[in-house]
Amino acid sequence: MEFVFDREKNKEKIEELEFFIAENKDMPGILMPALQETQRIFGYLPLEMLQVISRRLSIPMSEIYGVATFYSQFSFIPKGENIISVCLGTACYVKGAQKILEEIEDQLNIKAGNTTPDLLFSIDSTRCIGDCSLAPVILINEDVYPRLKTDDIKGILDKYRKEV
Amino acid sequence: MITIEELKRIKEEQRPILEKRLIEQGNVNINEDGSIVLNGDYYKKQVRIALKNCGIIDPNNIKEYIAVDGYFALANCLINKKAKDIIEDMKASGLRGRGGAGFPTGRKWETAFLYDADQKYMICNADEGDPGAFMDRSILENDPHSVLEGMAIGGYSIGADKGFIYVRAEYPLAVRRLRAAIDQAKELGLLGNNILGTGFNFDIELRLGSGAFVCGEGTALIESIEGKRGMPRTKIYRTAHKGLWEKPTIINNVETFANVPVIFQKGVDWFRSIGTEKSPGTKVFALVGKVENAGLVEVPMGTTLREIVFDIGGGTQNGKEFKSVQTGGPSGGCIPANLIDTSVDFESLDKIGSIMGSGGMVVMDENTCMVDIARYFLDFTVDESCGKCVPCREGTKRMLETLDKIVSGKGEEEDIEKLESLSETITLGSLCGLGQTAANPVITTLKYFRDEYEAHIQDKKCPAGACVDLVEYFITDKCIGCGACARACPVDCISGAKKELHVIDQDRCIKCGACMEACPPKISAVIKR
Repeated sequence: MEFVFDREKNKEKIEELEFFIAENKDMPGILMPALQETQRIFGYLPLEMLQVISRRLSIPMSEIYGVATFYSQFSFIPKGENIISVCLGTACYVKGAQKILEEIEDQLNIKAGNTTPDLLFSIDSTRCIGDCSLAPVILINEDVYPRLKTDDIKGILDKYRKEV
Repeated sequence: MITIEELKRIKEEQRPILEKRLIEQGNVNINEDGSIVLNGDYYKKQVRIALKNCGIIDPNNIKEYIAVDGYFALANCLINKKAKDIIEDMKASGLRGRGGAGFPTGRKWETAFLYDADQKYMICNADEGDPGAFMDRSILENDPHSVLEGMAIGGYSIGADKGFIYVRAEYPLAVRRLRAAIDQAKELGLLGNNILGTGFNFDIELRLGSGAFVCGEGTALIESIEGKRGMPRTKIYRTAHKGLWEKPTIINNVETFANVPVIFQKGVDWFRSIGTEKSPGTKVFALVGKVENAGLVEVPMGTTLREIVFDIGGGTQNGKEFKSVQTGGPSGGCIPANLIDTSVDFESLDKIGSIMGSGGMVVMDENTCMVDIARYFLDFTVDESCGKCVPCREGTKRMLETLDKIVSGKGEEEDIEKLESLSETITLGSLCGLGQTAANPVITTLKYFRDEYEAHIQDKKCPAGACVDLVEYFITDKCIGCGACARACPVDCISGAKKELHVIDQDRCIKCGACMEACPPKISAVIKR
């Protein structure tokens, strides 16, 4: 999924990062702190900002990519405001969790592991969350939705759309 | 700039305030010699050196640390001791690295001291990553100044004016406390330039990890501070010779540094009087798992596992039978019940195939499956292997696949041999400690619990009843036919008429255990076997 990085909307954040880089440009081993700062400010590592880091610090993009992919806390895609976790444990699976997941993917038009372009939802598939007797189950943030049918999905998602 | 007189004045001013607060709280004992210890049976059998201030002083207030003699060891070293004397004292104390490997701290410092360089570094390894271990976190959060003071003493002795603390990002509170502590120490002039007017400069900078377990390995940690992928280096040089940016660098663990000021406060002889001949002092353990009183335990080296697990930990929960205790996390091994009287020191644990490690201690009872535990640690190692050495990267994956096969009841006779052969290759063919010890959980469980592997492979049974694919749920004739289980079953495989014995269709059962939970506790007709 492509995310359009809005420079106008992120103007202040970009300035914050540029300021951090300018302040610490000469710090040895600056790349890690710069990536951590980017992740903190934006919630992920936008490609456009990695290019800024690359130019300012004269570090090739290939090297930055190598470092960023090594550490599990860095992400190249933003996480959505609402995180949907679809349980794919055995009980949920046999009760049709795969269909539920597909329905959510269809509704949001993204695949599991991704985030919607409006940053409202992310979909994760998880291992058993221990609510087998309520299968199939999904979690949205902290809320549990038990005994789901594919028809229920739209209504549930709408609830989170309205709140915003 | 602060002077020693000013330091004494702060102590005299703050001490009564601290004591008053502690007496009001009522959870401590103030001894005649001025030492303060926490009340309660749990603490009575412990000897606290690294944790001595934890739970007693306010970590956000440097004055409380000074009130318990904090920074006086540094002052004494800077004013009265030459660098060489400090190293001699450290060697004489016999303090060994508390991060796991147990290398003598004094000898390490001496190596860096002897190399001539324009710049040297002191690094504190606070990348504590073993699952279930939280000793370092507790020290960083509750007594951050002891680590700073230990680092400054070390820096003075080897000739370093710059220190780094590499903390894992998953410890946000520790990071905040450390930041505050460094700021306060700088403000008072106990870090920074011309400390206590002695002309010694020492600055400490925080660097954060980003979620890579392997960065706890010394050279990987250095690579990470340099801004690279955290992959271990080929060990041509010791880091004490060529470490961070090719300069002499000392890396010690949090707990090691926390021991340093106390050694200089109370003296080498006092320190040597605790623990064993070859492993003086204490060790902090994170006692967790199926134990009655879980928590941090600091005991003299040489204490037996039995004393830790039963006398302090109160034994297993719910009177279950004790099976094993695991030390050293993913690098360590499982120690069986018949070796529970083993004393805890570097040599004894090594001899029985486990390691001291950083201090994780997981208690397991009759319901823990040892094959599954080995699988759990391998799963962790596969995730965290950095990928540099092929035996570790590929070998651990093949081992995990084999263990997966065994716990799901598809194990074959030759699998045990395969595991043993892979274990040997990975141990011999890896550059760093992660790979060299990755097979330990498998090696020790194969050595002490081989019968469990054989039960999984030959009889397709899990003796502990933990491996989902190998257990069966069964309804006994205690069943009153209430139907609760049938309603709870997610796959509708329980049948039976009202008020009559219900039956589980084993072919369709997915072993989720919902029926066992649903069965009224008074009846308990559903059993697992």
